[in-house]
Amino acid sequence: MSEPEIVTIYIDGEAYRAEKGQNVLQVALANKLDIPHLCYHEDLPIEANCRLCLVEHEGKISTSCTLKASEGMKISTKSEELIKMRQENLKLLLASHQKNCPKCQQKLPCPAFGLMQKNGVTSEEYQRKMLDLAIHKMGNAAEFDPNLCVRCGRCVNSCAEIGINFLKIEGTGADAHLAFNKSPGVDCIYCGQCTVHCPVNAVREQSHLEQVESALADQDKVLVVQMAPSVRASVGEEFGQEPGLNMEKKMFTALRKLGFQKIFDVNMGADITTVVEAKELADRLRKKFAGDKSVKPMFTACCPGWVKFVEFYYPDFIPNLTSARSPHIHSGGAYKTWWAEKAGVDPGKIVMVSIMPCTSKKYEAEMEKFSFEFKGQKLKPVDYVLTTREIAALLKKNQIDLPNLEDSEADREGEYSGAAAIYGASGGVMESALRSAAHMLTGEELPKLELEEVRGMKGIKRATVKIGDKEVKVAVVATARNARTVLEEIKHGKETYDYIEFMACPGGCIGGGGQPLTGTRAIIKKRIAGLYSIDDKKKVRRAHENKIVQEFFTYLQDKPLLASKILYTSYSIKNKFE
Amino acid sequence: MLGDELLAKIEQAGLVGRGGAAFPVHLKWKRIKDLPDPKKYVVCNASEGEIGVQKDLYILQNFPEKVIKGMLFAMDFLSTKEAYFYINKNYYQKLKEKIDPLLAACREKGYLINVFVEEPSYIGGETGALLNAIEGKKTQPRFEKPSPSIKGIFGCPVLLHNVETLYDVARVAMDEFEKTRFSTMLGVKNEGVYKVETDEKVAEALRKTNNYPDFEFFVQVGGGASGEVFTSEQAETVDINNCGSIEIYKIETTSLQFLNKIFNFYEKESCGICTPCRDGSWQLKELLKNLDENSEIPWSKISPIIEVMEKTSFCALGKSIAPPVRSYAKNVLGMEI
Repeated sequence: MSEPEIVTIYIDGEAYRAEKGQNVLQVALANKLDIPHLCYHEDLPIEANCRLCLVEHEGKISTSCTLKASEGMKISTKSEELIKMRQENLKLLLASHQKNCPKCQQKLPCPAFGLMQKNGVTSEEYQRKMLDLAIHKMGNAAEFDPNLCVRCGRCVNSCAEIGINFLKIEGTGADAHLAFNKSPGVDCIYCGQCTVHCPVNAVREQSHLEQVESALADQDKVLVVQMAPSVRASVGEEFGQEPGLNMEKKMFTALRKLGFQKIFDVNMGADITTVVEAKELADRLRKKFAGDKSVKPMFTACCPGWVKFVEFYYPDFIPNLTSARSPHIHSGGAYKTWWAEKAGVDPGKIVMVSIMPCTSKKYEAEMEKFSFEFKGQKLKPVDYVLTTREIAALLKKNQIDLPNLEDSEADREGEYSGAAAIYGASGGVMESALRSAAHMLTGEELPKLELEEVRGMKGIKRATVKIGDKEVKVAVVATARNARTVLEEIKHGKETYDYIEFMACPGGCIGGGGQPLTGTRAIIKKRIAGLYSIDDKKKVRRAHENKIVQEFFTYLQDKPLLASKILYTSYSIKNKFE
Repeated sequence: MLGDELLAKIEQAGLVGRGGAAFPVHLKWKRIKDLPDPKKYVVCNASEGEIGVQKDLYILQNFPEKVIKGMLFAMDFLSTKEAYFYINKNYYQKLKEKIDPLLAACREKGYLINVFVEEPSYIGGETGALLNAIEGKKTQPRFEKPSPSIKGIFGCPVLLHNVETLYDVARVAMDEFEKTRFSTMLGVKNEGVYKVETDEKVAEALRKTNNYPDFEFFVQVGGGASGEVFTSEQAETVDINNCGSIEIYKIETTSLQFLNKIFNFYEKESCGICTPCRDGSWQLKELLKNLDENSEIPWSKISPIIEVMEKTSFCALGKSIAPPVRSYAKNVLGMEI
């Protein structure tokens, strides 16, 4: 690629270097200049509809997101007129926001409220046109309120980017509103990318905050919490910390402060998943190496968004999905059985809360198929799921200043290996499973633990891994759009694989729909680096070497029925809205 | 006729676009001709969405063959065989029987002029929205540069002209050109479309057509929505120039009546993309909702919305609300807003 041409532009009299063709808003933001904006998102197409990022150029008011940098260009951003115009558009845009916004009503942090405060306006100046439209629920995962929506199109574009096209804007004038695709062939997969791109809380997770708060206040319950691999590398952003900074030890302290009695870890669950999944992979590979032509490539199934995608769009591939449950469902089941018994706690009194970077985990936690009988009680592995954003809101509400807390450790049963830490990054599940599967197949460890080919933000990564003298062909796929490409390749016999990891979100869970709104591809990369450095520093880096996991499997050894109930799952064709 | 010869004639005649912007036709032609693209399109805009303006309909009813000839001249000039006739659905229903056989005849000669029927709307006549519609996208304006002359539809340059401009091209090419244009007259004795001289004054045009009111009035010139408003005295000196309509209002017309007409139109026609036009036009309508003739007009609330629509709307539709409202306030009421 040729080097981009560099030009100098002048913003409020100061010279800035810019790539030719870059827009003025990008130049300003890259230089930490604050121009209010709402519909602009660096990873999405320019829409230029909010009309907030106004600047003056050659005596005319223009949107800086559409103004391309050119040599010597002079921009001013601070005139009284510009400020007035931005304020007026913001008043129009956010009319009635506060009284319609559940976050603002509960005094939780809301990005729209922040924008209003920064620009000195309220949402009371105008009353917005209220349309007779209900809040639409996407399964048990997310929801959108058309009457809070500012029609910026970010959710629509992010949904298209993921490859689903479930969301769209319908209608004209003030009747323009967020709607969903009515086609029977199109359904939401609950990935929540829409929620992480909504600047006004119109598209959001289905909140479990109230339920968790009342459980925390219930003296009769045993509150157990577990945090997903990705959350520790992103939650700091909610408190102004650098993306990728590992906050886990402070989070453990914070969760204790909130009143959770036991602090465990989804990472422990990830180690269980790796062991179960690696066994299945090893079995499939053994058969294949023995010449069995009927062995299908195995697909990961720890991402509920991806699973819904297969069950709805590609049900022919259901047999390819691993029978292993996902990490927090694994550990939830383990804690409510093995740990409860060990600790002498009534499993029926345990309230299991998962903190996830994800909205589809809320949908997954509610699935009937994961419930199981234990000691005469029907149990759900996980009771509530909070997103990274929700836990940050809860901490702020309780005046818990995360960055300034003391470090502490998780309770013993939350211990995990380095293989679990990298589950959050696209390629991590694959890498972890291969580390263990290699051991299971050859009795030896992989010579090099790091599989660089499956790391990084690329949507489709392919690699051939040597296990013993055999070659295993793998792929790592992120987003539904890329999943479609790979599934079509397989369907049409263009490519063959042994094992494929699929995730609904860009970069994997670390770029998940429950993550802080600050997320961009550039920030996701930093978070990923954070996860790999946790792995690097761990003494135990293979799931099967995790002593806690070994203890759990020893417990299950003479309980095959329980094992079958809490380790494995099955899948079925899904209809729209299922 | 050779292309250069026609171009010279067009320049000499001083043809300008009749869609509203009055851009010199020969410059547009030359710019597109000079582009190296192998494929180019000619598009005729017969959307005509302004309130009351019907001059394009009139031209198509009376001189359809001239308009289509104009298209053929433009196509020959650009050495292209492909064109679109973009027409609003109501018009097409009325004109189908006239236009279809003419286009069929063109096709026989190898000129492929496709009819694109649009749902009638104001935004549908906006350049970007029109081109998007032809491409099968939403009828919404574009912000991207370059101009449609460079990348119009399917990545190719487009020579886009209003019906009347193409009619003028044919008149020039056939040496029948005179400095006249068509104007819709409304609120007058004999409402309809009249041929007027382009250097005439508004009042003079009204007199010549025997339409000068015998009552006190103010007048909106250029379109029933976006046209500027003048008093009867000003009408004596205002050029008819590039206006598609002249609409007379009785002097008794109240501010509420006038503003309701304007605000309702913009509220109904906003495509809904951008904040100022979508939300501003609705708020303007709301401001008048519960008023009666005795109420005071809330100018202090109207003014900031008009200003933000004028200065920050995405396309010309939203911006165009300011001239009628400002000129009405200034010329009829004697106040600056």
